[in-house]
Amino acid sequence: METMIPNLVGAGIIVIGAGLGLGKIGGSAMEAIARQPEAANKIQTAMIIIAALLEGLAFGALFLGK
Amino acid sequence: MKTSIYSIKFFGLLLTCLLTINVFANQSNEQAQQDDGRVSTPSEIEEYILHHLKDSHGFHLVSYTNDAGERVHVGFPLPVIVYGNDGFTTFMSSEFHHDSEGKVIVEKNGSRFVNYHSKIYELEEGATELVFDEAHHPVNASKPLDLSITKSVFGILVVGLLMLWWFSSLARQYKKRSIPKGFGRVLEPLVIYVRDEIARPNIGEKKYRKFTGYLLTVFFFIWILNLIGLTPLGFNVTGQIAVTAALAVLTLIIYVFSGNKDFWGHIFWMPGVPILIRPILAVIELVGTLIIKPFSLLVRLFANISAGHIILMSLIAIMINLKADLTPVGSTALSFVLSLFISVIELLVAFLQAYIFTMLSALFIGMAVAEHDHDHEHDAHGNEIPDAEDIRENFI
Repeated sequence: METMIPNLVGAGIIVIGAGLGLGKIGGSAMEAIARQPEAANKIQTAMIIIAALLEGLAFGALFLGK
Repeated sequence: MKTSIYSIKFFGLLLTCLLTINVFANQSNEQAQQDDGRVSTPSEIEEYILHHLKDSHGFHLVSYTNDAGERVHVGFPLPVIVYGNDGFTTFMSSEFHHDSEGKVIVEKNGSRFVNYHSKIYELEEGATELVFDEAHHPVNASKPLDLSITKSVFGILVVGLLMLWWFSSLARQYKKRSIPKGFGRVLEPLVIYVRDEIARPNIGEKKYRKFTGYLLTVFFFIWILNLIGLTPLGFNVTGQIAVTAALAVLTLIIYVFSGNKDFWGHIFWMPGVPILIRPILAVIELVGTLIIKPFSLLVRLFANISAGHIILMSLIAIMINLKADLTPVGSTALSFVLSLFISVIELLVAFLQAYIFTMLSALFIGMAVAEHDHDHEHDAHGNEIPDAEDIRENFI
């Protein structure tokens, strides 16, 4: 169990980073949609792509650390 | 018009409820019934979940202990095809009697096979039991080339045939009428959605037609396999890293071979940056294009689907883990609510991951085939000289 602790702390740090990133993406997209509701579709698509890239990075880090 | 919208909504709701409750009921059934026999401690539950995540040589639906105290496994077998020391050998996986501990020995054509953790080993002469050394390599057995129709292969074949049937009949309908009928009416908007929202904006008006076929295939393949993974049959095809790797390599091959002069030019000799930095950028761009892009595609799909399955099964296992603390009724209710909630999210994830895989494939292909509207002139240092049009654009 003790050997698991660095992995678990690392996983926590990764999730904190990914959470901050997703929050920033989501917040900015909300703001952008509020400013220009007619561009909501384009903003959503871009938001999903960036979120997916970030998610890939986070998952990659989690799996390499496992 | 109004009634049709309501009926579609109702149908969607019904489907959602049926699908998720189905998952819940059957998987939990399996676990609850294993409870009085084997699956009762956290480590056994973990083993059970890890077993589910791997590919296996047969379907295993329910296990229970009968009145005589024997474990009974219910499922259906799949063919095992192995190429060992004596050539090809074929038999049904039912001959292993659901054993995956290497205990049951199947003898065919003078070769003897055992199934250990869903991998098939061929025992050597005189060996009666699989023995491993410290590095976990078998001492007295070899691993034959395994070409079996496993659970994942079976799933892929079924989805392939389904798609062939649905889409060829949809295509045939357009010869007679402009609006398809029957199930084609469900598929047509999805096809148009992938074409108009994914392929066209990302690849470009001129070239999207050539790649739409691939994108549609990949989209429906991943989506249907993700959905099948949520049924109680226990498929975990898109959660196999080999499957997602093969899909990512297909995308890689397509954008590498359709990349144009500009694409490779921007990789090996990036215009507009100082000469000294160009070789460094070439290395970074090459690694990014050939390794990181497909790697991110394959890891995302694999990790999302595996994570979803682990969470779903862990929540179902709450029923057993917290039985002592919450009484059977309380733990079952908690597990029911949580796993229903996650099942609904997984339905969304199943679509979202198919969408994202297709979207990023389209984006990567679009980058490779993008054509510049007009060539910029470069000065002696490789910097772009803005032409009149650029200047006008910048001012406006």
